Amino acid sequence: MLSASHRLHADLLSPEENQAAYGKCNNPHGHGHNYVVEVLVGGPVDAETGMVVNLATLDEVVRKRVVDRFDHTNLNLDPIFANSVPTTENLCRAAFGLLKDAMPAGELEYVRVEETENNYFEYRGE
Amino acid sequence: MVFLTRRATFSASHFYWNENWTTERNQQVFGRCANRNGHGHNYTLEVTVAGDPDPVTGFVVDLKWLKDVIEHEVLAVYDHRHLNLEVPEFAESKLIPTTENIAIAAWQRIEPAIRAKGGARLTCVRIYETAEIFAEFRGGA
Repeated sequence: MLSASHRLHADLLSPEENQAAYGKCNNPHGHGHNYVVEVLVGGPVDAETGMVVNLATLDEVVRKRVVDRFDHTNLNLDPIFANSVPTTENLCRAAFGLLKDAMPAGELEYVRVEETENNYFEYRGE
Repeated sequence: MVFLTRRATFSASHFYWNENWTTERNQQVFGRCANRNGHGHNYTLEVTVAGDPDPVTGFVVDLKWLKDVIEHEVLAVYDHRHLNLEVPEFAESKLIPTTENIAIAAWQRIEPAIRAKGGARLTCVRIYETAEIFAEFRGGA
């Protein structure tokens, strides 16, 4: 899980258009969420360990690449969102990009980010 | 492409009964669910749409809009209702309100609005009847 703030605001849109598109998420002071990140890895079960991937290693990769980067930060200020709005759609794609080539074993199947208990986003890399 | 899922809950009563069967056969197949006095559940509805985030807004679809569609098309009709008696697609024994059929019916209620709006397509409707049981409909036959 990671806790972060964001403000949904598109520079290409006027203040009125931003308000219409994002409503209360356009609040200039931002707001925050406790994001829950799920990482699904697929692959063969290793004959010696009986594991697809060592969970402790996977945990560490996700922590270093995603959680440590975004936890207790303002997403709008992260360079990864320099040219895009930090919606949870884009956070999900960003997390996938940060993890894709870092799997200790197996293949990254998808990244799912839960923004609230009522909505979540899933990106499978295409 | 990003898959976006919105959850909502509603509470409704129903019973299972096939009018073409005898009472014994209904009780044999449906067990406790055949009680004609009905029973109820807290249902959780999950609606998944897929699309590419808009390059300007970063949205696949406006979540508030999707929430309103779910509320208008499904919750306003199903919530705190008796599905067999008060919901058109199930009334007069047209269709047994099993979790499977509710998933299909909810899809049919929501899909036209999502198609009309464009930009994202409906990929899945999942209905949890209890925490242990859910049915999922992905369109098609």
